[in-house]
Amino acid sequence: MEQVVANGLYLGAQYALIALGLTLIFALMNVLNFAHGQMYVLGGFITYTIYGRLQFPFVMALLASGVTLAIVGALVEKILFRTVIRRSLREESTMLLAAAIAFFLDAVILLLFGEKQRGVPKIVPGVLDLDNLIIPYDRVLVAAIAAVLIVGFMVFMQYSKPGRAMRALAQDRVAAQLMGVNVDRYSAIGFALGAMLAGVVGGLLVAITGVNSGIGGAISIKAFMMVMIGGAGVVGGAIAGGFILGMLESVGLTALHSYGDITYLAIFIALMIFLSVRPRGLMGKPWG
Amino acid sequence: MFHRRSVLKYVLFGAVSMLALQAGVLSAAAGETLKIGFVGVTSGPSAAWGTSNVRSMKTLADMWNSAGGVKIGDKTYNIDIVTFDDQKDPKRAIEGMEKMAQEGIHYVVGPNVDDTAAAVRPVAEQNKIIYFPYSFPKSLYSKPAENAVLGMVASYQSGPAIYKYLKENKGVKTIAFVAANESDPLSQRDAGVAAAKALGLDVLASTDTYQTGTTDFTPVLTPIVKLKPDLLVLSGVAPGDSPLLIRSARELGYKGLMSTETAQDAKVLQEGAGDLANGFISVGGASTPEIASDAMKAFVDHYTKMFGEYNDESNTKVYALQYIVDTMKADPKAIDNIGEFQKTIDGFSAKNPYLKDPNAKLTYVGMTSFGQKRQLSVPLVVNEFENGAFKTLFVGQVD
Repeated sequence: MEQVVANGLYLGAQYALIALGLTLIFALMNVLNFAHGQMYVLGGFITYTIYGRLQFPFVMALLASGVTLAIVGALVEKILFRTVIRRSLREESTMLLAAAIAFFLDAVILLLFGEKQRGVPKIVPGVLDLDNLIIPYDRVLVAAIAAVLIVGFMVFMQYSKPGRAMRALAQDRVAAQLMGVNVDRYSAIGFALGAMLAGVVGGLLVAITGVNSGIGGAISIKAFMMVMIGGAGVVGGAIAGGFILGMLESVGLTALHSYGDITYLAIFIALMIFLSVRPRGLMGKPWG
Repeated sequence: MFHRRSVLKYVLFGAVSMLALQAGVLSAAAGETLKIGFVGVTSGPSAAWGTSNVRSMKTLADMWNSAGGVKIGDKTYNIDIVTFDDQKDPKRAIEGMEKMAQEGIHYVVGPNVDDTAAAVRPVAEQNKIIYFPYSFPKSLYSKPAENAVLGMVASYQSGPAIYKYLKENKGVKTIAFVAANESDPLSQRDAGVAAAKALGLDVLASTDTYQTGTTDFTPVLTPIVKLKPDLLVLSGVAPGDSPLLIRSARELGYKGLMSTETAQDAKVLQEGAGDLANGFISVGGASTPEIASDAMKAFVDHYTKMFGEYNDESNTKVYALQYIVDTMKADPKAIDNIGEFQKTIDGFSAKNPYLKDPNAKLTYVGMTSFGQKRQLSVPLVVNEFENGAFKTLFVGQVD
């Protein structure tokens, strides 16, 4: 049982990190970033290239992933989303744009990095082997880094000036504008931050699960599920959603193992029932 | 007096003429063009499967075209590979096969998976196309079906051979299976379970699956590893998933053997699992130095020069185009008449250029599995991964 709980907690931390960037962008701009998974993949490949192929330190590779995705995110917001939001009266336009960006990034990543699964050497070798519990040390490290990132992110959003500005935007865009918040600037910062988070998580997890040009779509779908469980636009909800999904998977795959492959069926049925009872998710409200 | 616009116009005209002349000269040297198609998956998580097909075909075609083309009958042909990415979607696979029909192509390599191979069957039969899938359902290759030729060894052919070998040589008594929750892996798993039971092995787990796109396999493997099977089979595993599965199993303390009946890539295993992948058993073509001929090595070198990196799956995928062209050489009327091709299959035999053994032959097989010869005879080479490379465990033939 200890192994199952440990698996669930680790998986939950991983999922929570993935969901954070997505929920931030939604909170700020009411945009579901369908390209979130592809940004994760791009971050993973950048870390693979810099750490795995060019043999630079892992931290440098992670920084490169974060900075690159921040720039990509800022450019995407400034050139594409801002234009569409200004010109289109329909909310679906931004969703279609996000989907198009996802397909575009899929193609670019395949062209740049190829079709093979890529991995890097373990950042910390060895396994913590207790009586009823086995955890590789690199997962312990990644879980610790994930916790630090989550806490750091929440502190940034709560106490820094850009964080407060972004929270104001998420609560009420018009009111924030009237109070002097530069909407364009903080939307770009928010999108960049969300993309950066996706890229950093991709880079972090390449050391555990590797990276492959085709996994972007699956990552995005998982991220949407977590956001739906926790409540769209709420950071605490995304974290809760990540841990809930992680635990459900881990416990379900063990408890239901002898009944065949019904774990995900059970999870999806539970999710549908939950959303029909509570459509806004666990904590569904704007940031604040 | 020269105007700039006129000068530019004449320069452009001259350049285009030179290019056209060169192209004309080149195509005159090579003769006619013979188009061979490919419909399969070259994007998404399974991109490696189709990409290794396309690159194998393009490498061979480039080698032959650079040497002046392929002589079939009294004509020499440039081989032109026409590709279509079906994204593992049956609807797109049908579109792809229809496109091949529109281009007058009669021989198509692919598709790569069960759904797409089944979907294109009516289109291929209506448009007189012989296709070479890499999927295993027997209905595609048994009568009344006649247009499909299996391009590799099927899991229900390799599985029994591998389990028998491990039972007799490594003392395997218990076995467990894990598969992706998709048509191909599930049908390979079911065939594997049947084969294991027929050999008298005790099947400890046969219903565990994971979702496509899973990156952390620890939760799905935890209950299986607890059962401590002698052999853990990764049924129909994609090359991208196998290092992650191996790594998770070994980190959970699993000490038994692991195998799969699909082709894998040594570099992907090394990068993803490192030393933890040592001992992993998979199926390959003429890959290891002990059995590869100089022609195989030349193919690998040319492939690497063209694409920057070799993919070990191409050890199996190299055969399809070779068989198509060699069968046409045996009966040139087969170039645009699939009836002639089908007639030639039964008695066809040619030297296998990719194996060191001078007696190794290219023939069509399948009488035992399908009741008719609808399978390329690709050597069943079972490999074991060791320190970054595959070494041959044993070689066999299937029918």
